[in-house]
Amino acid sequence: MNHGIFEKNSLILLIGILIVVSIGGIVQIAPLFMLSSTIEKVEGMRPYSPLEQAGRDIYVREGCYNCHSQMIRSLRDEVERYGHYSLAAESMYDHPFQWSSKRTGPDLARIGGKYSDAWHTEHMRQPTSVVSASIMPAYPHLEKTPLDYSNIQDKLKTLQFIGVPYTDEMIAKAAADIEAQIAPDTPAAKELLARYPKAQVRKFDGQSPGEGVKPTELDALIAYLQMLGTLVDFTKFDASGPNLR
Amino acid sequence: MTMAGHKHIDEVTGVETTGHVWDGDLCELNKPLPKWWLYVFYACCVWAFGYWMVYPAWPTLTGYTQGYLGYSQRAAVTAEINAAKAAQDTYRQAIANTPITEVKGKEDLMQFAMAGGAAAFGDNCSGCHGRGAQGAAGYPNLNDDDWIWGGSVEQIEYTIAHGIRNGADEARNSAMPRFGLDGILEPAVISDVANYVRSLSGSEQVDAAAAERGKATFAEQCAACHAEDGKGNQEMGAPNLSDAIWLYGGSQEAVTQSIVTGRGGAMPAWATRLDPVTVKMLAVYVHSLGGGK
Amino acid sequence: MSATAAVKPALSNALAMGSAAVFAALGVFLAINGVDPVMNLHGALLALASVLALIYIFTHQTDERSGYLDGPIRVATLAAVFWGVIGFAAGDFIAWQLAFPALNFDLPWTTFGRLRPLHTSAVIFAFGGNVLLATSFYVVQRTSRARMPGRWSPWFVIWGYQLFIVLAATSYVLGATQGKEYAEPEWHVDLFLTIVWVTYLLVFLGTLWKREEPHIYVANWFYLAFIVTVAMLHLVNGLSVPVSFLGTQSYPVMAGVQAAMTQWWYGHNAVGFFLTAGFLGIMYYFVPKRVERPVYSYRLSIVHFWSLIFLYIWAGPHHLHYTALPDWAQTLGMTFSIMLWMPSWGGMINGLMTLSGAWDRLRTDPVVRLLVVSVAFYGMSTFEGPLMSIKAVNSLSHYTDWTVGHVHSGALGWVGMVSFGAIYCLVPWLWKREGLYSIKLVEWHFWLSTIGIVLYITSMWVAGITQGLMWRAYDNLGFLKYSFIETVEALHWPYIIRAVGGLLFVIGGFVMAYNVWRTVRGDQPVDLKDQPRVAAAPELRGGVVAVPAE
Ligand code: HEC
Ligand code: HEC
Ligand code: HEC
Ligand code: HEM
Ligand code: HEM
Ligand SMILES: [Ca+2]
Ligand SMILES: [Ca+2]
Ligand SMILES: [Cu+2]
Repeated sequence: MNHGIFEKNSLILLIGILIVVSIGGIVQIAPLFMLSSTIEKVEGMRPYSPLEQAGRDIYVREGCYNCHSQMIRSLRDEVERYGHYSLAAESMYDHPFQWSSKRTGPDLARIGGKYSDAWHTEHMRQPTSVVSASIMPAYPHLEKTPLDYSNIQDKLKTLQFIGVPYTDEMIAKAAADIEAQIAPDTPAAKELLARYPKAQVRKFDGQSPGEGVKPTELDALIAYLQMLGTLVDFTKFDASGPNLR
Repeated sequence: MTMAGHKHIDEVTGVETTGHVWDGDLCELNKPLPKWWLYVFYACCVWAFGYWMVYPAWPTLTGYTQGYLGYSQRAAVTAEINAAKAAQDTYRQAIANTPITEVKGKEDLMQFAMAGGAAAFGDNCSGCHGRGAQGAAGYPNLNDDDWIWGGSVEQIEYTIAHGIRNGADEARNSAMPRFGLDGILEPAVISDVANYVRSLSGSEQVDAAAAERGKATFAEQCAACHAEDGKGNQEMGAPNLSDAIWLYGGSQEAVTQSIVTGRGGAMPAWATRLDPVTVKMLAVYVHSLGGGK
Repeated sequence: MSATAAVKPALSNALAMGSAAVFAALGVFLAINGVDPVMNLHGALLALASVLALIYIFTHQTDERSGYLDGPIRVATLAAVFWGVIGFAAGDFIAWQLAFPALNFDLPWTTFGRLRPLHTSAVIFAFGGNVLLATSFYVVQRTSRARMPGRWSPWFVIWGYQLFIVLAATSYVLGATQGKEYAEPEWHVDLFLTIVWVTYLLVFLGTLWKREEPHIYVANWFYLAFIVTVAMLHLVNGLSVPVSFLGTQSYPVMAGVQAAMTQWWYGHNAVGFFLTAGFLGIMYYFVPKRVERPVYSYRLSIVHFWSLIFLYIWAGPHHLHYTALPDWAQTLGMTFSIMLWMPSWGGMINGLMTLSGAWDRLRTDPVVRLLVVSVAFYGMSTFEGPLMSIKAVNSLSHYTDWTVGHVHSGALGWVGMVSFGAIYCLVPWLWKREGLYSIKLVEWHFWLSTIGIVLYITSMWVAGITQGLMWRAYDNLGFLKYSFIETVEALHWPYIIRAVGGLLFVIGGFVMAYNVWRTVRGDQPVDLKDQPRVAAAPELRGGVVAVPAE
């Protein structure tokens, strides 16, 4: 065994190490971008509406992923408890992905529509007021903090740059769409719905909607929670062929 | 252990060192690899090779090696869930085919429905209605004999399947006017009528004079929904106001708040999330909780 | 002194001051023009640090380049103790939060979601990172018989790293995070770390380059693999685009399933290279040094080194079993984890068997006991890891506290204990003392941590397995037996026991800090007679002292 060559020459040792540690990553990561079977073909996925994306940013900021997964594994009990196992397609616009590795609280991949807005409002204000045994922190400040969406256009532009299919129109209308999503029955809301099918339009945090009413951080967060898992139409999902894996 | 560059025999173990010395005294024994270590390592590798033969493993240019078993995790879980469903099939079929009012009469079906209902209740309903279905402010108690939308098992099934004020047309929809927010009634009048409402259930702490003043307003504004005597109307989900069971609380503040805002609690529709048999089992379960009519 | 020899230090002083001035200017610019408060704060911190550096360099221009460069190592050693205590305390605080959620205080800055990354980064990167910086600089100089190259760059590595820690920690508390475990720092902090890390690599390589020993010592193979691989992981997983170059927020370039794979390629190898390879470097120097015995097997070193670094890289998908990651990748993650078992144990064997002929040291020297017990925990967690990589096992353990227990048997048992052992060796050696202030206190620290760890990991096994079993429990009619919230309630007592164990560990940390402080201050050791000869600094030991070539 002639190991001396590595032991006597720091650069050869360095290069040897680099080669050895590169292989695994290349073989595991590169094909995920190249193989068409990686992300299923599904109907219904669309980029997040600006308000949903803003809510997602709050979700990331508060570190909800430290307790909540958004990944229903293909195991019987998880499917029966939380719903259809998660598809890769469902997080294809998620920058960053939020699958998480710890379930201190329940999975949230399909939380959308499971509770009312009022419930979420109370729950975020004080979790034990609705779930007495909860150990989740309270976030009473969210409903009091106006949402800062001054840079929402830049956010969508950045996301577009890294591959989320936002159109230039979506980016131009981003701020207007945020306001539209909390103003039901307005022409702007109709436009929003044309851009983002299935988006839910209402004032989410329990306050009254109306002209000039601004969104709070809680509006954005609940808008995000209420859409989670609602996009893909599973009646049209073909669970065979490459989708089977 | 000195003298760089010269192998020597380590006294304690009798093994030769490699002859390299660092930092004064660091050296290494020239021991062979432990045999057991090497063999276990080989065994792990052999096992891995075998596993790759059998299961999907290596990416290729267009796909990946499928393995002899043709295993797929998604196919496996689908099969497992189907098998579990099949094991329950007799009961599920029977429940699906039995009119909901008759489930109670069939002991085995009832037992099954109770278990299934309780399981679904824990993960889906207890967040609002509490673990014991005891309810909370804004979320009705499902154990008592007081029903906002009707306590027959069919009515309950409908409520669960379609939910309440969740935006869908099939949902149980109704709305009490926002008497305060929309300026329909003056604050003083609201205070009076709140006193009157509280007097209906015999509350002790009622300002009798105010209640007397509120009586007329109630007949005018409220009786259409809550009925003359305040006993409510299940057709339109208007709660009974005379039985000291409160959805939002019976204090002067809570009642005033209800009149000011009109409330409008919402419940999701479960037919879109749960299968019909589970909804049926939930209805049977809720109906059996104590107050089922 | 020749003319070129005089020009060189002047040049490096000028370069260092130039860089500090550039950083200071950048800091001021960001402090004023940053578009969010976190960026303003970070600009101000960068400016402040750079100005302090500038002043220091300006007033310390004389050249003293003889012997080993130990100043930065002393700083990193003290920093390790400091951040260690903070990180452990943060961990224990969040442990109590899970038992008593009122401790979240209803404030944004103190919620579990923001403090948990603070804990993980503080212990891994701040505590562990400083231990690695200190020991790697110490070891590479001694085993190369060469002074580190660069006049200011080693200092930049150490202080730049502390600044990185402060930037990262303040981000989390203020809500600036990329939301990827162990890679939470935002883009600008990532960039700054990249600069520090590349300098680190250059200083380390430069020392090897200058070495006076023909062979590179095994500890340095591990350190080098750790440094370059972490650089690679950090660069690829950190790819992101800022929303504004004047703001903290950015979006990672990858999404969904590819991001998940890349993240756990990173995350698993943060374990493999940061928490394992680097700390094996520590083991390979401090265990033979402290017990004064040769490394057990040179050949085992070679085989386990290359197989370990090759196989580790593949194991990432064991964090993604049964998820939307394609089956083939999961298979690779599982099988490579199993193959990784023996290469991991190679390190354990080499560490433990180095004691052959000196087992009595276990009884007489608590520092040896810390080192050896750490290697035993290493062996335990690298057996548990492959076990948990088996899909059937992982279907139960994933998402539960079993993982947390596994983490901490590695983190407290291996990383923590081996670091404590190395720190107890280093402090008298660096400050040229006859021994530690008190070896009795090391004994106390050993027992406090050991009992703490045992409480921690047993309670988390109970918690994790209970949780996993409850989630999948069915009644005899085929319905899920427990609702989620019942599993939350079931964990209340395990959480309390864990927090108590953590408290013992924290107290141990304080005991160490006290002991280190008294030693550094130069207080007369209270129990010198109970300390082995190697406890003293090499210069005071009367043994062989390798000095750097001039
Ligand atoms: C300390 C851990 C922790 C953190 C951090 C946390 N949660 Fe929770 N969460 C829980 C627990 C435990 C539950 C279950 C009890 C309950 O419903 O409150 C829960 C429940 C929930 C639920 C209801 C899920 C269901 O299906 O019943 C939602 C929605 C939720 N959390 C959202 C969030 C959001 C959004 C954040 C971040 C802003 C967050 N959580 C942060 C622990 C946490
Ligand atoms: C988001 C919270 C929420 C969840 C989850 C929820 N409910 Fe409700 N439920 C309500 C509210 C609010 C009402 C009362 C609405 C009203 O004011 O009429 C209600 C009313 C009911 C009623 C009618 C009670 C009556 O007196 O007529 C039944 C029955 C019921 N729920 C059953 C269920 C079942 C079964 C589930 C789970 C499958 C469930 N609920 C889940 C909020 C919820
Ligand atoms: C259009 C029908 C309608 C009218 C008119 C109406 N209500 Fe109601 N009322 C409701 C409904 C429906 C609810 C249940 C709301 C809910 O559950 O969110 C309700 C709920 C309430 C409650 C809360 C009951 C509880 O258990 O907490 C009070 C108190 C009440 N009404 C009082 C009044 C008074 C006083 C008036 C007249 C000033 C009035 N209502 C007029 C439909 C009506
Ligand atoms: C006093 C000692 C410590 C205590 C009480 C403690 C406590 C905790 C707690 C409560 C969590 C969160 C677990 C959860 O989310 O349920 C955690 C996570 C973590 N800690 Fe510690 N910790 C300690 C020391 C350490 C040390 C020394 C390290 C590393 C060197 C470490 C590394 C980690 C890691 C990596 C995680 C994340 C685990 C995961 O995501 O699975 N901890 N710790
Ligand atoms: C052969 C060695 C090892 C293998 C195969 C291994 C395997 C695993 C597995 C299977 C998980 C659980 C993943 C999940 O279900 O989410 C895990 C988690 C973890 N392990 Fe190990 N482990 C090994 C050694 C170690 C060591 C020595 C340490 C610490 C020093 C460590 C630290 C961690 C951490 C921090 C996590 C948590 C990651 C997260 O945040 O989810 N592991 N490991
Ligand atoms: Ca984790
Ligand atoms: Ca980052
Ligand atoms: Cu791992």
